[in-house]
Amino acid sequence: MNKSLTLQDVCILKDGVPLIEVNHTIQAGEVLTIMGPSGVGKSTLLSFITGTLPSAFLGTGQILLDSADITQKPPHARPIGILFQDDLLFPHMSVGANLAFGMPPGGSKTERRAKIDAGLRDVDLEGFADRDPATLSGGQKARVALMRMLLSNPRALLLDEAFSRLDADLRTQVRDLVFKTARERELPVLMVTHDAEDANAAGGKIIELRTLSKA
Amino acid sequence: MLRFLPALTLLAMLGPVVAGLWGTLLPAFGHLPSAGLFGPSLDPFRSLFAWGGLTDAARLSVTTGLIATALSLGIVALIAASWSGTKAFRILERLLSPLLSVPHAAAAFGLAFLIAPSGWVSRLLSPALTGWDRPPDLLIVQDPLGLAMIAGLVVKEVPFLLLMTIAAIGQAQPRRSLLVAQSLGYGRVSGWLKTVFPRVYSQIRLPVYVVIAYSMSVVDVALILGPSTPPTLSVQIVKWMSDPDLSMRLTGAAAALFQLALVIGALCFWWLGERLVARLGNRWIMSGNRGLRDTSVRVLSLGLGSVSAFAVFFGLASLLIWSFAAFWSFPNVLPDGFTMRTWGKHGPNAFATFGETFFIAGVAVLLALMLVLGCLEAEHRSGRPLSRRGLWMLYLPLLVPQTAFLPGLQTLLLSVGADVGRIPVILAHLVFVLPYVFLSLGDPWRAWDTRNAIVAGALGARPWAVFWRVRAPMLLRPILIATAVGISVSVGQYLPTLLIGGGRVSTLTTEAVALASGGDRRAIGVYGLAQTLAALIPFALALIVPAFLWRNRRNLHE
Amino acid sequence: MKYLALVAALAAPTFAFANPDPADWDAVTAEAKGQTVYWNAWGGSTTTNDFIAWVGDRVMEDYGVTLEHVKLTDTADAVTRVLSEKQAGEDDDGAIDMIWINGSNFAAMKEADLLFGPFAEQLPNWAVVDSEGKTVQTDFTVPVEGYESPWAMAQVVFVHNTATMPDSLGSMDALLEWAQANPGRFSYPQPPDFLGTTFLKQALVDILDDPSVLQEEATDENYGEVTAPLWAYLDALTPHLWREGRAYPATGTAMFPLIADGELDLSISFSPGAASTAIANFELPDTVRTFVLDKGTIGNASFVAVPYNSGSAAGAMVVANFLMSPEAQARAQDPNVLGYGTVLNMDALTADDRAAFDALELGIATLSPAELGSVQAEPHPSWMTRIADDWAERYGAGQ
Repeated sequence: MNKSLTLQDVCILKDGVPLIEVNHTIQAGEVLTIMGPSGVGKSTLLSFITGTLPSAFLGTGQILLDSADITQKPPHARPIGILFQDDLLFPHMSVGANLAFGMPPGGSKTERRAKIDAGLRDVDLEGFADRDPATLSGGQKARVALMRMLLSNPRALLLDEAFSRLDADLRTQVRDLVFKTARERELPVLMVTHDAEDANAAGGKIIELRTLSKA
Repeated sequence: MLRFLPALTLLAMLGPVVAGLWGTLLPAFGHLPSAGLFGPSLDPFRSLFAWGGLTDAARLSVTTGLIATALSLGIVALIAASWSGTKAFRILERLLSPLLSVPHAAAAFGLAFLIAPSGWVSRLLSPALTGWDRPPDLLIVQDPLGLAMIAGLVVKEVPFLLLMTIAAIGQAQPRRSLLVAQSLGYGRVSGWLKTVFPRVYSQIRLPVYVVIAYSMSVVDVALILGPSTPPTLSVQIVKWMSDPDLSMRLTGAAAALFQLALVIGALCFWWLGERLVARLGNRWIMSGNRGLRDTSVRVLSLGLGSVSAFAVFFGLASLLIWSFAAFWSFPNVLPDGFTMRTWGKHGPNAFATFGETFFIAGVAVLLALMLVLGCLEAEHRSGRPLSRRGLWMLYLPLLVPQTAFLPGLQTLLLSVGADVGRIPVILAHLVFVLPYVFLSLGDPWRAWDTRNAIVAGALGARPWAVFWRVRAPMLLRPILIATAVGISVSVGQYLPTLLIGGGRVSTLTTEAVALASGGDRRAIGVYGLAQTLAALIPFALALIVPAFLWRNRRNLHE
Repeated sequence: MKYLALVAALAAPTFAFANPDPADWDAVTAEAKGQTVYWNAWGGSTTTNDFIAWVGDRVMEDYGVTLEHVKLTDTADAVTRVLSEKQAGEDDDGAIDMIWINGSNFAAMKEADLLFGPFAEQLPNWAVVDSEGKTVQTDFTVPVEGYESPWAMAQVVFVHNTATMPDSLGSMDALLEWAQANPGRFSYPQPPDFLGTTFLKQALVDILDDPSVLQEEATDENYGEVTAPLWAYLDALTPHLWREGRAYPATGTAMFPLIADGELDLSISFSPGAASTAIANFELPDTVRTFVLDKGTIGNASFVAVPYNSGSAAGAMVVANFLMSPEAQARAQDPNVLGYGTVLNMDALTADDRAAFDALELGIATLSPAELGSVQAEPHPSWMTRIADDWAERYGAGQ
């Protein structure tokens, strides 16, 4: 089985006018960066891939994950992780419960707990399982969000301006962690950003977008 | 299933209104087959117009409704203009929930005892300042102009409109506008009125219309504070509807249609008034008048706001004292002694009625929550938000006067042989509970960051799991507040319980209003307090429960 | 309709086409067991509400009957309800099983054939009712004929606060003179409240030289002439009423706080013991006393009737019978409970039962049976309907 995320003749339209067109295959461990000013529809492209395209838009083309067509599948049946610029940890759950939420069901309580602890250890947050997410620093939250996503066993990773809220130091740190993990796990990564530094750090192919609709 | 919920909600909300109007329309034109009367005929209108009190009753409905609304809106606009964004305003904001939840009838009882010639205010001043050792023979409560009734409506509508205004201010981003205006040399009040108010008003317009329709057709407040020679048109309609002579029902139905026409007319009049005020306002804006007499306006608005809030709180305090009072006559400020006798006598029954009241409110609110949450979830999943027309639909049951469609609904239910009892009452309450729950929950629900749903979906959660495990717990507080709003709406319902319940269903409100005619202030105190508690406790729980459940989750406390 | 009334009138006392048959009392009590009786009664008086609750406890205890008090603001509501049910064809199990009723509401229901019965005179406790001395067989001149069962006697008394109004008055004319000298200190409940209309009747009966004309149905010919003195009287009185007659208390009990606060010196009550009860409940000052007019005052009995479509007629009869029991009657007469007059004949009671009545302290403001003097009969209901309508037109709906 070929590990990859393919956007095959994908086109997003609004009111019949194409906003964005992509035709590309991202291989395992590779990062595709889509760059462009805000408002060109980068995030809309991601919502098409997660299956949550707002009804005002129309998406055509196919999304293939590991060669299987997932275009018609509901969001929860697409094993694709996504990180936003905000950590979006669920505020009513502890750090551990946030991680458990993403883990596939099954296994005993102790086993699940062990997995959570191991996951936290991987991101240097050992012993944080019972903490309130609100008490964590920005970098810590970003790492929890990453680990929550990873524990759900995604087969591809989407990054929606994922680092833009972090300040410079932290940004490099978190970005390196994400890319390193993606490579280790052989995940195809699609990143949208308006930041050239992010694009360079990704080291993959870069698609620069301009507004198609305006002219 | 979810797809049908919006339609079902509309049916639950508008079905009874439409059916009720139909049930009013037929007898108004002389058609009441169950009584052996067949129309069409204009006799009901003839007998309505032959009633000597019609002019006064109609005038009362129109003047009390419009004046109460205009006063409430004026006070709210001045308070918001003078104080929004300040510390005093935040204190006022915190008083809102309890003020809002006090049922109209309880507030009216309290106010009646405050302002009556033998009331608390008069007692405080007598005989030292007034020289009265007996109450003066002044027509203060139940005055023919309906002034006491207007006061009773204002103290309850000011908190309602203020709450709506606060929500609207949140969307209008007043700070920047005000900053610009002030930097151009405008005073705070005139700057706010000129730059922020027009936007705020367009947001609270529908609630203002609701206040007009409600104030013009209210029954319980009119029974307690309004005049009786003649009473307001709504009270007279209820009297006609309960006359043993069935032909009076026809007159009542005709009067109900007349009442509907009055409300529509008053709304049109108000709409014209809006145009006029807008034009005058424009001229005022163009004049460049900087309006720097802010201090006096601010003091005045704070004074008016406090008086209306304190009228409710002291009114409730008087109910509390009466419920424990031994002999207490004018001009003593406090009773001769205190006793548990009244509570011993009425406590058990009040408690039992409390249960019945809560049961009805609980079921109605549960149904409303299911429908509203279902609609909002359907809206979320389809990605189609509520249209302007949808919003009007939501407000429709609140804009049609209760007295116009409830009598018809009662006649209709009877003629199809539907048994009276709790179920029709609960469904009738639902008509009024639904819109308020929807309005209260809609904004926070929509304000929720939907990226949470995307993340949860990407983590493998199915749509209902997202709903139950992520969205609902995160929105627990607004859900509980909407529940409390719904319960307080249900607890306060008088006419639906009275008419649709056919007397077999009694809630704290119907008991309290029934006691009003007997004039036993001690018993009224017990029931008025019980009624207030029934509405207040859910609000308190809505604040306490999330605070307790999420005590270790800082981001869920604002 | 008329035919049925005729049959009832012609029928011998024991003739009953009521089902269940009240003459077979054992069958009635057996059927009543487990039934729920919805008693529609005015709910504005807390003392009455308490009494009804007590009756509920007792009939549950003795007969297994559940009594639910449906609190009305106006008895006419209940009449409407039965009427609507009849129109809707609900003939077997209506919402109402028993109504506290008298006067025009009874006349209307009896006329429209909406009542169950006759049953009252077959109830076991009818034997101890004072059917000779008390007006329990006519109700506002309408023959009762067993279609309602009496449970309390009421008579008009005037209530005055001796602290501010030491002397009693002997006639309605004296009342007018006093009101003119003391403006704003008297009022009466707004008709069609029953006490309000009673005041109008009391005025008319007292002003007329020969009130016997009121015992016959009012006619278009005599109505204007007979009532003219009443309107003249009210035109003279109204400007001197509390609030100059621009507002009226809603009910009789609503006047108690007005007396307590000193707004009123004088009011009217239809229950000779109510003032003493109110004093005991802190609702009136202990300086309040009652009086009757020289020529006597109007009196009548309160009844309970059973709608024709009650599903619990047996249970309702059990309650009606219990209401006439010495136990219930003695409790109702206790001023600490209700202070209502009894319908029982003291001579027909056992010594023990009579002792219970003798032991009652009637209270400082209650007149003895002798002081209450002669009872004047209620006018025919036709007078009242017209007078109430005219009153509303003249004084009630704005001039």
